[in-house]
Amino acid sequence: MNNRIKNAFASKQNLLNLYFTAGYPGLHDTLPLAKALVAAGADILEIGMPFSDPLADGPVIQRSSSAALANGMNLPVLFGQLQELRAAVPETPVLLMGYLNPVLQYGMEAFLKKAAEVGVDGLILPDLPLDEYEEMYHPLFQKYGLKAVFLVTPQTSEARIRRLDALSEAFLYLVSGPGTTGGTTLPDVEAQQEYFQRISAMNLKNPRLIGFGIADKTGFDRACEHADGAIIGSALIRALEDTDDAPATAARFVQGIKHA
Amino acid sequence: MTPSYQQPTARGYYGEFGGAFIPEMLYPNVEELRTRYLEILADPDFQIDLQHLLRDYVGRPTPLFEAKRLSERYGTRVFLKREDLCHTGAHKINNTVGQILLAQRLGKKRIIAETGAGQHGVATATVCALMGLPCVVYMGATDIERQAPNVARMRLLGAEVRAVTSGSQTLKDATNEAIRDWIANPVDTHYIIGSVVGPHPYPDLVARLQAVISEEMRTQLLEKTGTELPDFVVACVGGGSNAAGAFYHFLDEPSVRLIAVEAAGHGIHSGHSAATSVLGTPGIIHGSRTLLMQDEHGQITEPYSLSAGLDYPGIGPLHAHLGASGRAEFIAITDDDALKAVSELSRLEGIIPALETAHALAALGQLGAGPNDVVVVNLSGRGDKDLETYLKNMDKII
Repeated sequence: MNNRIKNAFASKQNLLNLYFTAGYPGLHDTLPLAKALVAAGADILEIGMPFSDPLADGPVIQRSSSAALANGMNLPVLFGQLQELRAAVPETPVLLMGYLNPVLQYGMEAFLKKAAEVGVDGLILPDLPLDEYEEMYHPLFQKYGLKAVFLVTPQTSEARIRRLDALSEAFLYLVSGPGTTGGTTLPDVEAQQEYFQRISAMNLKNPRLIGFGIADKTGFDRACEHADGAIIGSALIRALEDTDDAPATAARFVQGIKHA
Repeated sequence: MTPSYQQPTARGYYGEFGGAFIPEMLYPNVEELRTRYLEILADPDFQIDLQHLLRDYVGRPTPLFEAKRLSERYGTRVFLKREDLCHTGAHKINNTVGQILLAQRLGKKRIIAETGAGQHGVATATVCALMGLPCVVYMGATDIERQAPNVARMRLLGAEVRAVTSGSQTLKDATNEAIRDWIANPVDTHYIIGSVVGPHPYPDLVARLQAVISEEMRTQLLEKTGTELPDFVVACVGGGSNAAGAFYHFLDEPSVRLIAVEAAGHGIHSGHSAATSVLGTPGIIHGSRTLLMQDEHGQITEPYSLSAGLDYPGIGPLHAHLGASGRAEFIAITDDDALKAVSELSRLEGIIPALETAHALAALGQLGAGPNDVVVVNLSGRGDKDLETYLKNMDKII
């Protein structure tokens, strides 16, 4: 099987993972946005499955999720849109990110099967407990060739990081500091560096991307000093809030990060 | 031995309901609580402080009052557990007193809470004032508008009330926002959740702190009726904290029928209801697997009840299990029937109940209780906060 996530980390440095909410700003923007982001230089796509109650997300992603739901986005619609995904972006790893409840209502195995069919590579389900993943779902993820991505925070213990690393076959998602997505407060830089260095020194098997509160080229470059790349979400969504041409705006946004 | 209904499993499951479905950012907080709450609750010094506050500050034990005229009206023996006489006017303070002592022992310096009707917010602001800890209460903008007196109380008590403008701007969204605050403040903050909801260990923690209600009932019933066990215990359920407390020490007494009363709003199938046990399906809300109101795609929907304390789209996992296993019976009461019960208790017994509590009282006619049966209704709160609603609906009340 073509392991797009592994290939991406093996062949590139300073990877840019972009998050955007499916069905936002318009219901049918999902695929055009994916294509535009990849064409402009995105290395990984993380497509958000909107949820009514996104606990780990800040106001920007909350707003985009509400708007996407109001636009009529749901999992059957999303999978329909993703049918053409692999023809459009054959090599780029694609992750689905979302909360567990809509996935459970769809049915975990049906969801994994469908995600694999349309060419999704990995999943980020932040409220899926590690114990339940390990005992109930890990074999199913493997059956369908999907990789789980886990979050690590500055408070995550070393023992738990090792467990997350052992269970993951994609990358670890290092949450930059306390807070939900899109936070604007600058975290304590010294404590943050200590955290990134502590994790670098652990010699984990998985590569690492830093996310939460990274909004621009400066933030991206700084993250790349400590990890294999970074994840940007809220800043992209914010750029999409006031545009008539979402794909063009998204492309400019990526160019501003990678080629400015 | 049959398994106890009181205790969840080590991972916080009551039957198939419960657990801790939380993002990694919350894990250290919740894990700290999970590993320490039982040891702290069992600590003799904690118990001395708790018992002292419950007695001298909250005003416990609350009376168990035999309501003779109400009994005559329904042809059975009705007792009222007077939680409405607790300091701040409802059972909510039983939990906040316990959790503030717990927070102190965890070394926390800041308290957050969510509130719907404002009762839990007031109870949290109260204990924070008592202990000199800063308090932030999240409250939906819609609820802030319809519960102005409780907002004023919280502010008077020194709490900061933060308006939540996301989603439907009610209790569900206030809870989301409190959880986000906890994510942003992972070290110094304790989240005092107001009901038997949320990730493990919260449902168990809150149930244990509210269990004082049924503990006292048993002693008082023995004194007044000659036996500790009633035939029925009736309580309203939004998230379910007062019901958990009223049921707790009867859960493993199969002769006691436990009646959980939900808000039917305009009618169970009217599209404007909060009868989660009927309309809900299994899913995850606020970190717990339980019954909740959701659409076919797993998006959480907004319940309706005239009572701001019952319009939560889920129920605590304990109650979901009690319903699924048949241990508790669920009844749904409409807005209008609850309003009639407000009038009835006011005029028959001289007690004006909270609108939430009135749902439990309205169920009295549906129990089929006989003249020798003993029925205990948990009178969870007093009606002062609802006067404006009662005034607006005077035509339905009288």
